[in-house]
Order: sequence, then structure tokens, then C-alpha cells
Amino acid sequence: MDNIAGSKSSLSWATNIAVVFMVLVWLVPTVGLLVSSFRDRDQISASGWWQAPFSVELTFRGRADISSASQDGGVYVAEGNIFEDPEVQAAFSSGEGAVTAFGDSGRNPTEFPAGEVADLGDGETLVVNGDGSYRFTSAEEFGNRGPRIYFAASTPPQFTLDNYRNVLTADNMDRAFINTLTVTIPATIIPILIAAFAAYALAWMQFPGRGLLIACVVGLLVVPLQLALVPMLNLHNTVGIGQSFVGIWMAHTAFGMPLAIYLLRNYMVGLPRDIIECAKVDGATDFEVFTKIVLPLSFPALASFAIFQFLWTWNDLLVAKVFLPSADESKVMTVKIADDLLGSRGGDWGILATAAFVSIAVPLVVFFSMQRYLVRGLLAGSVK
Amino acid sequence: MNPMVQGILTIVIGVGGCVGYFYFANLILDKFIFPATGPNPGHNINRANQVRPWLFLFPAIFALGLYLVYPVIGSFWRSLFNREGSEFIGMGNYTALWADEQFTTSLFNNMLWVIVVPAGATFFGLLAAQLTDRLKWGNIAKSLIFMPMAISFVGASLIWKFVYANDADIGMINAVRAMLGADTPVDVLQIPFWNNFFLMVILIWIQTGFAMVILSAALRGVPEDTIEAAIIDGANPFQIFFKIKVPQIIGTIVVVWTTITILVLKVFDIVYATTGGNFGTQILPSYMMSYMFRDDGRATAVAFVIMIIVLPVMIWNIAQARKEMR
Repeated sequence: MDNIAGSKSSLSWATNIAVVFMVLVWLVPTVGLLVSSFRDRDQISASGWWQAPFSVELTFRGRADISSASQDGGVYVAEGNIFEDPEVQAAFSSGEGAVTAFGDSGRNPTEFPAGEVADLGDGETLVVNGDGSYRFTSAEEFGNRGPRIYFAASTPPQFTLDNYRNVLTADNMDRAFINTLTVTIPATIIPILIAAFAAYALAWMQFPGRGLLIACVVGLLVVPLQLALVPMLNLHNTVGIGQSFVGIWMAHTAFGMPLAIYLLRNYMVGLPRDIIECAKVDGATDFEVFTKIVLPLSFPALASFAIFQFLWTWNDLLVAKVFLPSADESKVMTVKIADDLLGSRGGDWGILATAAFVSIAVPLVVFFSMQRYLVRGLLAGSVK
Repeated sequence: MNPMVQGILTIVIGVGGCVGYFYFANLILDKFIFPATGPNPGHNINRANQVRPWLFLFPAIFALGLYLVYPVIGSFWRSLFNREGSEFIGMGNYTALWADEQFTTSLFNNMLWVIVVPAGATFFGLLAAQLTDRLKWGNIAKSLIFMPMAISFVGASLIWKFVYANDADIGMINAVRAMLGADTPVDVLQIPFWNNFFLMVILIWIQTGFAMVILSAALRGVPEDTIEAAIIDGANPFQIFFKIKVPQIIGTIVVVWTTITILVLKVFDIVYATTGGNFGTQILPSYMMSYMFRDDGRATAVAFVIMIIVLPVMIWNIAQARKEMR
């Protein structure tokens, strides 16, 4: 629109940069989570995810091999290559690596740079070279086991699916995933039908009190869910539903109802009056008009609401915490992450990132494939 | 029973039940109660048409009444009783709340949230909407800024916990600080007072997309001739934006603002999943959850306080809706 007066906006490059910056800020945290979920556990704590493509310096420990120790002019000498130590080979399967520093205690594993002859006291010396070869000398005979050698070596970037395997098998997350689906699908489908009939009545039928009912629906849109928790849980317990899937389906159905009615009514009111009146003149009953004309024409609005309700029930933590049993086998993913993983495995970033990503993957797919309907629903629900 | 099977069964029963209800209720109304035959069919058809709306509305009204209207009264009534619900204590729970330091903290924090989050999200949303408006890749940019809307509050909290992590090798905040020469990492979620703002960032991050989508549509709706006229009169892009566009979409801005305000008053997930309400970050919804399952009287009292805060917005919304319908 800036071109209208014939002058190209000088702000255009600044706009581009500003948008790039904003998109980055909005995208980067999620990318970090995704990258972290594929990284090896040790590497996560050793370097930031933004350094994931580079090699990481980690510390390892092994033992000097004393089976081939020899005596050389009064001192006992053990020589070998640290990368051939069975303990170390677990991390360096190729038997090769690059040592950058070494030490003899776990407290300071990188005390000496590689290649330097270190005096360890008590007549002991140790040198570890860059290629991993070492020479340990001692004034006394070695004991049963070789002395410890600690060293730091850079390891190539490692991307694994281990975190996913762990999360999906060990942590009951697979069960939580199925539970989330079980909660979400009925809670998305059932309210649509109930709300569609009500929306039709509010849009196209004449009866006293219609305006008041619409006002009530608008008012109920903003009633905080928190109010419903205690009385409804008590009621569920009284009638014998208790904390169960049936209870949460009913709760989600009712909590989604105001938005469903509001969205669908706004859409149905906009349908052409002629079609509906023609059908009525031709002898169609309200029921037929609704099922054969209004419902098919309202598909976009139905889809918008279905996406909203799906995202909302999938992502919900509050209703699931209150209306589902707290036993592990009926936890949904959000509860699982918030209550179990964040508590007991608060430090295990790989597992946390993976669990979070498993839980947001499905909504993201739905979001990107159905974005059109979501946007349309938002606009119908808000701009007036 | 396997919950999955139970779920499928519920879909069948739920959907089948709804269809069956609507179909047979109509059938019975038309054929048996007020049949269009007999002595005066016209009268009967009219009567049937008077009843029919209520047939259509009944399941929805029942659900709304039970799960949303009854709890307003039920919660208030319950909040007048003690913990076990055995003894009527009047305003006892409310006075106890008022005396509790946690409650006043959460009330204060909630006020901060209500001011900062809607303002932040609306501001960034408006900025994004305006900036992406004429870009070639604007739709992709919008889509990416909109994306956090699909992420759960718990997921978002975890994503940002990574950013805030108290370790320069995990958290970006501390990595940047380390790059600038700071020696020790800080846990930003434990800095008194300011930690609240770090939590608000999470909700702003989520809600900006919502504001952007709606404001973007509103900006497109601004009549072009007003902008053309301004350009011919020599207005610069900033004047066009602030003096021509913004005044014309102010109504939409208010709607976005109030919608996010309402949301802020309901979201407990973020505080729950990040700090658990510690370090002075408690807000009313998470404060209520700390009483849930422990003291129903206190929990319902907090819920009712939230309701009272929401009430003005509710009345305003209804007034707006009524104005439109006329």
C-alpha cells in the first residue's frame, strides 16, 4: 500500500529484518527443545544445543593396564593406550580419540594438559599423550588393580533416538499417549452435535427468550473453569462416576459447549436466508432443514470448533488433574510431564525434552495441516 | 474395561444417543403429542413448532446449566463452609484468605499478569500483524509466530525452562551472560519479583499469535481510501499506522485485550510446571490448586474471587453482544 503514491518504502528492508528477528525469537526455543531431544544425555549437559553439530569435550575414566607392567631401573612402569581400556571402549568403539587433558583424581580430571609429565607425588608420575598412549611409573609395586586415569577427550556430536526409546517404553509415556487420545477424541466429537442443534435453534428458530439465551452463552464463555472443579467433582462422586474417563468426557463436553454454540451460531446466522425459507416452503421440517441443509453448509465452522476443542482437550492439564484418577495408568501426557517427569527427573533434560516433544507433536501436526480452519474459527469467535 | 474400548463405545453411545434423541424427540412431537391430523391440525403444528426449539436446546442447556451455571452457586455455597463441609462458617474462608500472605501475593501477582500479559501479547501481535502485512513471506512468518498456540502450557513451560536453565551449557539466557563475561549462572526463576516477568514471557509468547491473527484480519479490513488519502496528504508510514489504522481497529484491539485478560485469570499450568508457586510467583489459579483436594472450602473461595474479578468483563461482553444483535 506504500506504493500507491509511487514511492517505494525505504522501511522495507527494516521491516524484513524486524520480522526475521521476531520469527527467530518465536521459533528458537522450540527448535532448542527438538534438537535436545535427539542429543545424547552426556552431551546435553556438556554443551548447549546450539553447539550440537560440533564435537563436545567430555571426561572419561579408565585404568592403567598393569598386566604388562615392567620394572625399569628400580621403578615400575605400566604402558599402554587408554583407548584400549575396556571401560573406555564403551564410549570410543573405534579405539581412537584425542585426549586434551588428564588427571589422576575424579575431582580434577583435567588437571594436566596432554603430553605433560605429571608428578603425582609418592614417587608416581603419569603422562598421557594426545593419541591416548600413557606411561605410568611408580616407585612401589602396583596393587591388584591398575591406578585410575581420568582424561578429557573430544567426542564427535552424537544424535540418538535413545531418549525416545526411553520415554516411550520406560516411563509409561506410551500409556499416557493412549490415555490422552482416549480423553480427546470423544470429548471433541460429542459436543459438536449437541452444540450444532442448539446453535441452529438460536440462529433460525423463533421463540421467546432467544436473546436472553444468547446473552447467557456469551456470559458463560468467560466463566472460570475453577468454579466448576469442586462442586462437579463432588457431584460425580455422589452419582458414582467418580474420577473416571466418563467424568472427564462429560466435563470437557460441557466446558466446550459455550464456545461451540457461540461459534456455530455466528456462522449459521450468516447462511443465506433464501435457501432455508425455500426449503420450508417446500414442506421441510426444522429437523430436515437442519440435517440436510444447515449442517452440511456449516462444515467450515464445525471443523474450526473441532480443532479448537481438540487442541484444548489435548493440552489441558487442569481438568485432567481433577477429573481423572491420580493413578499412574490413567494419567494423560500433560499430567505425566508436569507431575512425574518435572518432579522426579527434573535434571534429566534429554528425557524432559523428548517427553515434551512427544506431547506437542500431534497438536503441531493438526495445527499446520488445519491452520486455515483454525484462523477462520478465531475470526468468527472474536472479531465483531 | 480397556479405556480405549470404553472411548470408542462412548463415541458410539454419545453420538448415537444424540442423533437418536433429536430424531425420536422430533418424531414423537410430530406424530403423537401434536399430530398434524385430528380436529385442528393447524393449531397442533403451531404448538409443535413452539416446543421444538426447546427440544433442540435441551441437551445443551442441560450441560451448560449443570457444569457452568450450577457451579457458580454451588461453589459460592461451598465456600461458606469449613474444610470438611460440615460447619457453616459464613465469610470465614474469605477472611482467612485475606489474612494469608500467599493470597495477597497471588492477588498482587495476578494484577501484574493481567496488566503485562495482555499488553505484551497485543503489542507484539499488532507489531507482527503490521510488519508481515506486505511481506512476500508474510504468511510463513505468521504461521511460525502463530505456532505456539498449538503447544500446551505445560509444553511451553518446559520449552522455556530450557531457555532459563540455571546452567550456561543448557540455558540460553545463562549462555549469553557467560559470553558477556558473567562467572556464575543465575536461576532467573528465583530472582525475587522479576521472576514473575520471566513466567509472563511464556504466556505472551503463546498468545501473540492469537492477537496477530485477529489484528491482521482487522488491519486488512481498514478501508484503503483512508490510507490513500493520508498518503496523498503526505503522512509517513508511522503516522499512517498510528493515526489512520490503529484508531479504526481499536474495537478489535479491545476484544483481543479482554480475551487474553480472561485467559490470564484461568491459566495455572505455567506457574505450576515451572516454579510450583514458590519464590513469590504464586497466582490465584495456582493458589487455588494448592488447596484443591485438601480444603474444598478454601479452594472454592479462591475460585469465587477469580469469578468476581472476571465479572466486569463478562458484563461488558454481554452488553457488546446485545448491542450487535440489535
